[in-house]
Amino acid sequence: MDLLAKVEELSGENLYACYQCGKCSAGCPMVDQMDLLPNQVILYVIRNDESVVEAKTPWICAQCYQCGTRCPRNVDITKIMEALRLIKLRKNIDYLKIGKVKKNLPQIAVVSATRKYTG
Amino acid sequence: MQLANIQGEKMEIAYYPGCTLKTNAKEFEESTIEAFKKLGIELKELNKWYCCGTVYSLATDNLMYRLAAIRNLIKVKEEGYDKVVTLCSICYNTLKQANLMAQQDEEAMYKINSFMDEEPDYHGEVEVLHPLEILKGMEEKIKENVVKPLNKKYAVYYGCLLLRPKEVAIDEYENPSVMEKLVEMLGGSVVNFPFKNECCGAYNVVSDREAVVERCYRIVGNARKNGADAIVTSCPLCHFNLSEMQKEIKKTDFVGLPIYYFSQLMVEAFGGRKCKEK
Repeated sequence: MDLLAKVEELSGENLYACYQCGKCSAGCPMVDQMDLLPNQVILYVIRNDESVVEAKTPWICAQCYQCGTRCPRNVDITKIMEALRLIKLRKNIDYLKIGKVKKNLPQIAVVSATRKYTG
Repeated sequence: MQLANIQGEKMEIAYYPGCTLKTNAKEFEESTIEAFKKLGIELKELNKWYCCGTVYSLATDNLMYRLAAIRNLIKVKEEGYDKVVTLCSICYNTLKQANLMAQQDEEAMYKINSFMDEEPDYHGEVEVLHPLEILKGMEEKIKENVVKPLNKKYAVYYGCLLLRPKEVAIDEYENPSVMEKLVEMLGGSVVNFPFKNECCGAYNVVSDREAVVERCYRIVGNARKNGADAIVTSCPLCHFNLSEMQKEIKKTDFVGLPIYYFSQLMVEAFGGRKCKEK
């Protein structure tokens, strides 16, 4: 299965609906920390460019749903980011090293981070 | 959402706390229970509850992560309630999205109900509520109870998960006003705050702490620029990120602000404990 098919299967989203307007990237609160803009992520996946799987962007995404809520083409990019994370996590490659988690963080932060960043 | 039937008389609603309300956000739990008592509503903690599963899982092919939320909703039903209130934005979002799935996705629920063989079947009978939704219908009762009106200027901060995805929003998702109205009813004034529905960086604080410090700088800095004396929020994780990460901001032009839960303001205006000045 190629990358595009895999992402479409995991996310349930139609990536070809995207017309690259960039509204997702304009609204994304975390965009200044990302190496690829959210609309670029879609473009890379459509082109089956596997390097997108190594990008930092899906891990900086905090699942705030801003992008998908504002998309004029109803593409829920939040789900696409989740699909890209899962491609790594299901190969047992974690983003978060549990041993390095700092102390004095609220449970909700630690439980959420382990859910999203470890397989 | 209007709860007309709770005007006047005493009422009891099931309360689902979640992990953080028992530890970091203890003051959120205590103040909400106290404020609601004044309004004649008893938030009755469920006898049994589990972790909500946190951050609603979005994969189409794995229902496993949604079981925790559904199991909690079954508990609500089993204890004889048809509504459940939860305070944490992440719990609210997770429970509400799972409940929507239960109402709309027959195939998924067939699988889940078959898997959770020992528990009664669930199809979304319970209503998941956030306290701010209940307060919407209680203007008169709130105003009646104000004895010490607030006299400060507040920036109201919703964060993301009470408003998005829009199917679970507690208010208009791009420009909510329920918390502003509450603050004004309590005697406070509200400043213009364009960052009110932007994410604080959430659990990135665990993995990319600097990114959240940067978010905090922009959010708190903007609130101050707009003349706020404090920020009011409703989410334990927003509260932690905004209040704790501002201590790590090294920029010289930055001056912090105190962060409160909306319920703490209610308690203060109702004549109870004053919010701490930080």
